[in-house]
Amino acid sequence: MASITLENVGKVYTGGTRAVGGVNIDIADGEFIVLVGPSGCGKSTLLRMVAGLESISEGEVKIGNRVVNNIEPADRDIAMVFQNYALYPHMSVRQNLAYGLKNRNTPKPEIEKRVAEAAEILQIGPYLDRKPRALSGGQRQRVAMGRAIVREPAAFLFDEPLSNLDAKLRVTMRLEIKELQKRLGTTSLYVTHDQLEAMTLADRLVVLSAGQIEQIGTPLEVYRKPASTFVAGFIGSPAMNLIDAKAVPHLPGTAHAGTIGIRPEDLSVAADGPIEISVTAVEELGAQRLVHGHTQGERVTVALPSDSELSDNLRLAYRPGALHLFHRETGKRID
Amino acid sequence: MKRTAFTNQLLPWLLLAPQLIITFVFFLWPAAQAIRQSFLREDAFGISTQFVGLANFKALTGSAQYLNSLQVTAIFAICVTVLSMGVALLMAVAVDRMIRSTSIYTTLLVWPYAVAPAVAGILWWFIFNPTIGILPYLLEMVGYDWNHMTSKSDAMILVVIASAWKQISYNFLFFVAGLQSIPASLREAAAIDGAGPVRRFFDITFPLLSPTTFFLLVVNIVYAMFDTFSVIDATTEGGPAQATNILVYKVYFDGFVGQNMGSSAAQSVVLMLIVIVLTVVQFRYVEKKVAY
Repeated sequence: MASITLENVGKVYTGGTRAVGGVNIDIADGEFIVLVGPSGCGKSTLLRMVAGLESISEGEVKIGNRVVNNIEPADRDIAMVFQNYALYPHMSVRQNLAYGLKNRNTPKPEIEKRVAEAAEILQIGPYLDRKPRALSGGQRQRVAMGRAIVREPAAFLFDEPLSNLDAKLRVTMRLEIKELQKRLGTTSLYVTHDQLEAMTLADRLVVLSAGQIEQIGTPLEVYRKPASTFVAGFIGSPAMNLIDAKAVPHLPGTAHAGTIGIRPEDLSVAADGPIEISVTAVEELGAQRLVHGHTQGERVTVALPSDSELSDNLRLAYRPGALHLFHRETGKRID
Repeated sequence: MKRTAFTNQLLPWLLLAPQLIITFVFFLWPAAQAIRQSFLREDAFGISTQFVGLANFKALTGSAQYLNSLQVTAIFAICVTVLSMGVALLMAVAVDRMIRSTSIYTTLLVWPYAVAPAVAGILWWFIFNPTIGILPYLLEMVGYDWNHMTSKSDAMILVVIASAWKQISYNFLFFVAGLQSIPASLREAAAIDGAGPVRRFFDITFPLLSPTTFFLLVVNIVYAMFDTFSVIDATTEGGPAQATNILVYKVYFDGFVGQNMGSSAAQSVVLMLIVIVLTVVQFRYVEKKVAY
């Protein structure tokens, strides 16, 4: 168990390309932090720097109270779950789980005890003597988790561990990871590009864009008060409507804003609504229907109950306090 | 795959003919001739031929020279295989660790493969020549008197190095490809699991390379037993005192220089059998261990 601190961490590749810059994160002991952002935003690089697989060009990474910048991955007391699981194909599941303990000269009875415990927790007991290739995707995922937990490390690092699974399995495994982490109470750093995964797993989210932190906060904070247009558009599904303030000059209290954000679920049909859209497409989701349209050349999406009436032109009203205002040049939130 | 139906029965045969003719003329027919001749004995002038049954083979089992050649071949094949694969693996691992200029090194390391075996033999012959060679000159400075014309072990070292040198390029290419097909995340996972570089190599990289290693083992042993004829011929010609007279060279020497066709044919049949048995054994037993 340990806290993890990133102080002004940056990554500059030889040749001068800056992948990550000025990252500050304080991760409390036992906290589940999710790094989320689109591909290429530097989230994996950041995780690999914490793991020690990538050198740290700027700043300091601390695990516990120890600066680990120049410490080998093996000695950082972390365990990592890889996107492709990285199970050793020529070893049985048992050997895969035991490998890290064996390398650390753990006594044999202790290894057996811990492997048995991990197998029990993850329900992979029946497969212990199989080779990874004889397992399904979900089982391999469990073995990869098992390899992390037998070591009883100070922190878990997850690098998009669910992205190779099908959609349904992803939802179950997501829950399993969450429950496991709560039960073990191990500090975790989890990387994903899937905002839904990020929202559901995280104690706190770190939203990254182009190697910079856009916002850190609990899922609800980030959802309710996105710090920038980037976060507003990235977190939440369907994505928040971002409308140029010039297209809707009649909305009250928006004079100083450049961009106005309204979540599709905060909009509703009202005869006297201030926004009028012409409908271009309707998507049926069963419980809801998403109506896409535009007003003054700006795209607007609205989530309506599935029994709502439709016409070519709709007048929309928004929930009081549901407007998010952003600065025109910087895209930062204005409160 | 797309299947084509030929309406003309002759055309497919015509298309196959060039390959079939080459296989027949240069492989099947000589092989059959060798088997036939191995049961015959010719007189010294090639006028009369006599069927002698297994006498040629019996003579081989009693021949001290032949048994020596078997032993020499075994030592030679093992040394060439170990040396060429060992050096190739070392270089491949080194190149795999490089980030830049990998392609330049790879290209340079592959060049020797383009050199004809006889030319390679001559090259080494010059380098090792006791009178004019550079290496004996250097060795003399450290007090070693190199002479592969008189020393059996010097001669063996020379042919092993000359034969292995060429094969290193070939092995190197396969090892590099094999190494690059191992996902980096496996080695990273092992690094986090507390395995140092040496341990990572022996626990993870080497076992995962085993299909490549196994394939190269077969190829290299067959190479050492058959394709090294021109290297031997260009350097030691089997000498001194039979020290480098490997089976394939003895087949040539007894047949075309000694004109003992019956014995030479019998030897080539034995050689054929050895390679067939070796390959079968390797595939049967070694392959079981490489499957994961």
